[in-house]
Amino acid sequence: MQPFTTHTGIAAPLLVDDMNTDQIAPFLPSRSLKDDYKVMLFHRQRFREDGSEIAGFVLNKPQFRNAGILVTGNNFGAGSSRESAVWSMLANNIRVIVAKSFADIYRENCLQNGLLPIVLDPAVADGFIARVVTVDGAAPFTVDLASQRISGPGGADVSFEIPAADRTRLLEGLDDIGMTMKHAEDIVNWEKEAALAQPWLQQAADCRR
Amino acid sequence: MPSNNVMPRSNVVPRTLFDKIWDFHRVGQRADGRDLLYIDRHVLHELHAHHAFAQLEKQQRPVRRADLTFAVQDHTVATKPGRDETTNPSGTAFIKAMREGCRKNGIRLFDVDDREQGICHVVAPELGVVLPGATHAVPDSHASTVGGLGALAFGCGTTELGHILATQVIAMKRPKRMRVRLDGGLGRHVSAKDIALRLIAELGVAGARGFVVEYAGSAMAAMPIEQRMTLCNLNIEMGGRSGFVAPDDKTFAWLEGRPYVPQREMWDRALAHWRTLKTDGEAAFDREVTLDCAALEPQITWGTDPSQVVGISGKVPEPAAIESGRRAAAESAFAYMGVSPGTPLAGLPVHRVFIGSCTNSRLPDLEVAATIVKGRRVADGVFAMVVPGSSSVKREAEAAGLDRIFRDAGFLWGESGCSMCAGGNGDRGEPGERIVSTTNRNFENRQGPKVRTHLASPATAAASAIAGRIADVRQLVGN
Repeated sequence: MQPFTTHTGIAAPLLVDDMNTDQIAPFLPSRSLKDDYKVMLFHRQRFREDGSEIAGFVLNKPQFRNAGILVTGNNFGAGSSRESAVWSMLANNIRVIVAKSFADIYRENCLQNGLLPIVLDPAVADGFIARVVTVDGAAPFTVDLASQRISGPGGADVSFEIPAADRTRLLEGLDDIGMTMKHAEDIVNWEKEAALAQPWLQQAADCRR
Repeated sequence: MPSNNVMPRSNVVPRTLFDKIWDFHRVGQRADGRDLLYIDRHVLHELHAHHAFAQLEKQQRPVRRADLTFAVQDHTVATKPGRDETTNPSGTAFIKAMREGCRKNGIRLFDVDDREQGICHVVAPELGVVLPGATHAVPDSHASTVGGLGALAFGCGTTELGHILATQVIAMKRPKRMRVRLDGGLGRHVSAKDIALRLIAELGVAGARGFVVEYAGSAMAAMPIEQRMTLCNLNIEMGGRSGFVAPDDKTFAWLEGRPYVPQREMWDRALAHWRTLKTDGEAAFDREVTLDCAALEPQITWGTDPSQVVGISGKVPEPAAIESGRRAAAESAFAYMGVSPGTPLAGLPVHRVFIGSCTNSRLPDLEVAATIVKGRRVADGVFAMVVPGSSSVKREAEAAGLDRIFRDAGFLWGESGCSMCAGGNGDRGEPGERIVSTTNRNFENRQGPKVRTHLASPATAAASAIAGRIADVRQLVGN
């Protein structure tokens, strides 16, 4: 996984709660094994059926076309577990999402891909959102994970909390399977014990065969 | 540790059933503080499988327990009679890639033409792949459907899927515990779907975020297994990654004899253990919620998230009646759905009706709908479709003559799959159409660009197809 240390980009305000992954990464009729995640992102908010752009959507506004940070409300990433809703952010160089809260699976998917999910307390979040709206894409913000700070135009640095383990994992770009494989022996031992305690769990055979 | 069932009870702190299952399956704790939870049964589908197989191949990692892993083609398969893997061209590559990955890795695949193919959350329980007290993972947010059998199931992303294939464990922070008590007898034509929609309306789309939910109470105990699965299926729509019902005699009777359940003396041994799978009387939950179901009428969504719900005799709410933080979303939903505050739901003209999906496509769902449809005709101008949840459900329904009832009424009778739930197989509505759907998400554009989805039970969907309008089934067929 690509490590996350710092990221600098224009912050775009997406002022909604409960944004679901069907909107972030819709199923498109053109889908294929090698999907174009850049085009997929918010596709139906960004484009009409005829392919023309919808001017009002935040990421289509001139000042936010190259946004690198998304700032949003509560429960971002609700709904389907599709990881394309994270990959499509990265394909557009959005590597930080600042939200009041995230849906559980979406947050996990972010951590798996080096996308930093920042949760701010509601009051701090409201202040930061107002600031991002005022700045209106005039200058970029920088997010530094090591110092857990967001700096940029229009105010003082904003500090954020993140569980230490998640922070380390992002900073070092740790391989998830690699971390787990350090427990390979524990897994083998568990299987041996389970085979004695609840043997039916360790076998799944079709009795008709 | 697996040895937990030999610990003397007197020394044991009272635990919830969730804790018992979690503790048993906890392999260890990883350096990042996540618990490693062993996954007893892992079920894949074609939308995510190819990514995970490719990832493992690149890392030269084998699938650790192919024998505990299953794969079902469901999201992209066409439902048109006589379908094959090419009928929906945008699915063909996904279907072939999962087939190839399963062949290489020795995973049992329920392919497009398998007589037991279907929606993964329908197929796994009906084959007995799912067991009480077992852990289960699927790269799909509706994984906890199988919680209806007392399994602890987690939906996951694609990278997590690869992780489970390689290690057979999932790395998770221990969730909090919530208990939802459902009490009271259900009115006629009121089902688990109505209860779930009301719960989501009460708790909100993030109400169960961070929690595993145990459903309990007298209404739960009275509920047949298929309805328990409907309820657990919709748990994610209030943000809960997992939800389940403690197994009981109904569960055991439902499972007995299914092909993948333990056989003979192993069944007896498993059954003895399953009977112990209960939350201890004194065990504490982080949150407790109670819903009295006795007064509940059939429910339906009016907006674009599954918490925007009213009773079938209700009206689209006035903005003033909506919590201030939710008002902007409601205004946007009014516009998308083409409804105004104060409009009664019943009576809105309907263009399409869909009965199917992992939420409501099991045999009893189809039986309920058929009872309402029998001897009636789908209203002119309404396109109505039934898609059984599995090829086995389809066969059983046909043996019972349900397909004839639906066809005679003017419904299309499809081959099994996810179909119009997310439109991944090309089944979708036309822009501006209003659909009554037994699925799980009424999100914008989910069932097709600009399509307006109203989530409801099979009974309400069937009645609406006949009426050509959103209908109160109790008025159509009487109480």
